Amino acid sequence: MSNENTQEITNPGPDALDVRGRGDGEHPASPADTPEQLSRRKFLSQISLALGGVGAVVVATPIVTFIIGPLFSKTPDTWRAVGAVDSFPVGQTQEVSFEDASPLPWAGTTAKTASWLRREDTNTFTAFAVNCTHLGCPVSWVPGGQLFLCPCHGGVYYADGAVAAGPPPLPLYRYPTRIRDGQVEIQALGTPIPTE
Amino acid sequence: MKALRAIVGWFDDRTGLISATKPILEHKVPYTNWKTGWWYVFGSAVLFAFLIQVVTGIALGTSYVASAGEAYQSLKFITNDAPLGGLLRGMHNWGASAMVLLIGAHALHVFLIGSYKFPREMNWLTGVVLLGTTLAMGFTGQLLRWDQTAYWSIIVGADQAARAPFVGEGLARFILAGNTVGGATLSRFFAFHVFFIPGIIFIFIGFHLYLVIRNGVSEPPRRGEAVDPKTYRQRYHELLEKSGVPFWPDAAWRDAVGAIVLVVVIVVLSIVIGPPELGKPPDPTILQAYPRPDWYFLWYFSVLALLPSKAEPFVIIFGPVLVGVALFVLPIVANKGERSPLRRPWAMGFVLILVVMIGTLWIVGEQAPWSPNLQAKVLPANLVNSSDLTVQNGAKLFNVKGCQYCHAIEGYGGARGPSLTSVGSRLSHEQIVTRIANGGNGMPAYSNLKPDELNALVTFLETRKTVYDNKQGQAPGRLSVAWEPLGQWLPKRLF
Repeated sequence: MSNENTQEITNPGPDALDVRGRGDGEHPASPADTPEQLSRRKFLSQISLALGGVGAVVVATPIVTFIIGPLFSKTPDTWRAVGAVDSFPVGQTQEVSFEDASPLPWAGTTAKTASWLRREDTNTFTAFAVNCTHLGCPVSWVPGGQLFLCPCHGGVYYADGAVAAGPPPLPLYRYPTRIRDGQVEIQALGTPIPTE
Repeated sequence: MKALRAIVGWFDDRTGLISATKPILEHKVPYTNWKTGWWYVFGSAVLFAFLIQVVTGIALGTSYVASAGEAYQSLKFITNDAPLGGLLRGMHNWGASAMVLLIGAHALHVFLIGSYKFPREMNWLTGVVLLGTTLAMGFTGQLLRWDQTAYWSIIVGADQAARAPFVGEGLARFILAGNTVGGATLSRFFAFHVFFIPGIIFIFIGFHLYLVIRNGVSEPPRRGEAVDPKTYRQRYHELLEKSGVPFWPDAAWRDAVGAIVLVVVIVVLSIVIGPPELGKPPDPTILQAYPRPDWYFLWYFSVLALLPSKAEPFVIIFGPVLVGVALFVLPIVANKGERSPLRRPWAMGFVLILVVMIGTLWIVGEQAPWSPNLQAKVLPANLVNSSDLTVQNGAKLFNVKGCQYCHAIEGYGGARGPSLTSVGSRLSHEQIVTRIANGGNGMPAYSNLKPDELNALVTFLETRKTVYDNKQGQAPGRLSVAWEPLGQWLPKRLF
């Protein structure tokens, strides 16, 4: 220990800060360097770089897995009841909301998903995703005009979800629905992602 | 004084920092006068704006809760209850605006005076990374303002990413951090906005500044002095020897003035206008939403509304990619030749077109005439101006059926479709009936109207006869709808 300290003191001090001339890519070589020493030096630099690379991979693997994990998580098959069948008059469209398939405990209000539910006849329900198929903004239902209007870029849909006007490339997305024990249930599939 | 000098001397002896920094501060830069010198302030002003963002951001971070369920409450607390919290949020917001504006101005200046040419290609390329990361900070920052607009902006962002070939869905899920916006989403954006992107910015600012010192500040361009990689360095060196001035303080004083102006403007705006309004809570079940990006992306919001549908999948993905590639390739393919903008008409023309284009898209985006006006109020009785019950009923239906969201009558209503103030003068009874029943030209078909409803509506519309309505002819297509508000300023014959 004391030996190392002594060596540090013998450092030449501020004058050594002259960095000009460095960075030319050459290892300082003295005439005393033997071929063995040179090949040893080459080996040492290669092993150091390799060790650094291995270390980086070891650290990066859990980080990358942790961050891109959501890409591979499967949506559990979850159905949510949104109300009694009789509470929806035939031919009407109204907003319902349900809890996401597996919300995190701190999701707060964002744990919910809304849907425009339309009762076609006694036993048929259509649950439209509220997201415009253009870029996902929430469409509003205008009962008088029997239209869905998007507030962002002017997309318009008819009551059956077909595009009436504006930029949307597709009709409104639909969530699967079913009736269980007198309740209308919607499959909680989250936000529809338009894929080309 | 003596003691201080001793301390400084000791510090420099043990660290060498002062003797190492002094020559950097006093390195020679080309002489600039009143006409050329002030333009060079933009670069340092971006740096100061970033530093303001760092310190105000850290301060906000002491109270902000990056939890999807609680962020909104913590923002309310910061704005209304925390001492000077509103001012601080305001400063972070206006500082962000300043940073975006200044980095744009800096990039345009550097482009116009050809400073990206030899040997400063890497200065430009590192700057492009900083431009991209600054915009990324703007987008992620708007999302941390965890209100209704933030919620829908994330979905709009994810939906755009989803258009990418092959990786689209994965990219969208990555942005959402799952299959929908939820608990994981905000935490992730927080980490990106606060750790990851600023980390990259710090590294690249260091790199950028190092290159500024290494390659020297570019001299104001002169006509006829073309950049030749063989001779440029020598010529630049001789210029500095002949007429160069030390950066500190001969050039730096302007940066200091720029910095203080920046600080004053940011603080004054934060006091007078205040922080951006916190919208409704981020509740996906509140569907009365009008998501709009912050001003720096508003022009792109217009692009997305005005693009022909067929071009959209290509523009959304390849547009940004092409812009990025163009910015990266520029200094590689055009690194020599004239620097003076007076000798580079294409560069001047390009900047002019860019500024006019983005400016126009901004104005249009602010008005968003393509969006139906869902808050249109029922037409007042004096405007309907009729004792005929059918006409009065038609006026009511004009609102109830949603016609008014897109069509205005004497200014009451939306601008999505043409104004109907004088529709009775320009369309016949049959034409009105056909248009309502069949739709067309961007109008939905109202085939489900009852005969008496249709009759009332048409009777009402036929009473709309005036002579002073300029919006003539039939319903314009998407593009012309959007350009209509501009038409109010420009000579009428153009439209």
